[in-house]
Amino acid sequence: MTSIAWDAVADRDVIEIAEQWLHQGRRIAIATVVETWGSAPRPVGSQLVVDDAGAFEGSVSGGCVEGAVIAEAADVIASGHSRVMSFGVADETAWQVGLSCGGRIAVYVEAIS
Amino acid sequence: MRAETLEALAAAGRERRAAILVTDLESGDSRVVAEDGSFSEDPFGDELMARFRSGRSGLVESAHGKAMLTVRLPPPRLVIIGAVHIAQALAPMAGIAGLDVTIIDPRTGFAAVGRFPGARLYPIWPEEALAEVPLDAFTALAAMTHDPKIDDQPLAAALVAGCFYVGALGSRKTHAKRLDRLVSLGVDPVAAARIRAPIGLDIGAQSPAEIAVAVLAEVIEALRRRGGDT
Repeated sequence: MTSIAWDAVADRDVIEIAEQWLHQGRRIAIATVVETWGSAPRPVGSQLVVDDAGAFEGSVSGGCVEGAVIAEAADVIASGHSRVMSFGVADETAWQVGLSCGGRIAVYVEAIS
Repeated sequence: MRAETLEALAAAGRERRAAILVTDLESGDSRVVAEDGSFSEDPFGDELMARFRSGRSGLVESAHGKAMLTVRLPPPRLVIIGAVHIAQALAPMAGIAGLDVTIIDPRTGFAAVGRFPGARLYPIWPEEALAEVPLDAFTALAAMTHDPKIDDQPLAAALVAGCFYVGALGSRKTHAKRLDRLVSLGVDPVAAARIRAPIGLDIGAQSPAEIAVAVLAEVIEALRRRGGDT
């Protein structure tokens, strides 16, 4: 049986927001969760948009790796070179979001040109 | 990602069309594949088809390299025809389950705001209301007035629009008459056979709230098995 992943639905707004920011002349990058291992807080396909001033919307984790992604995004926006970032989710964070065993995620960060 | 690609993705969302963003993680090249477009020649054709059905994003590998498929499906909607007692239970339950709910009933005594606090209510004929809230493949329609004058038109429209769920309240006998009417209105008999009636999973529901649970369960089953056997 196939089933619909509800998160494929939830991230619609991030793309809408990204388009809006782009049309406002802001330089932006989009981060997408491309792979997860173990108990990652956000599923594959989750997205975040960030501008060159560090403003962001959406999420790629329960909040634990957003800071690093946003910092890296500034470099991606400046250089135009996309990259994949890997993170281990700390046990403490995993516990806070109701997971018992931690997890790891890979996030693809790309600039919109 | 190029700005045009982002714009195509956003446009698909606004138009409630399912789309997949295909990104080559090595080169950074990306493109948008629409579910209603042709992708049989696409190197990821079968994979794209499967992911449109499941809604799951993920990495794929082929002879053409490694790509990320980010799936974007429109938010599912439920349109209830008939601001009846069952609808008073179904509307909040469906909202909790993640469906965007619209209630339509031209009988203003039924479609009263006090009976449906906070709901999106259209106290007008379905034909007019559906011009504002068009039906599509990511919309479910449940007809519950028992009145052919109100129910028949939106049922026919839901079949034409390919709604992922079409259900109608009424006994088998009532439904047999309804099928005759719909076919005489020009509805394809094969399409008409998609209507779930009597409405709701058979859980022995009796009260309006219990029937609402049975209907919601049937809607969820149809959503999660979208494009499957049923």
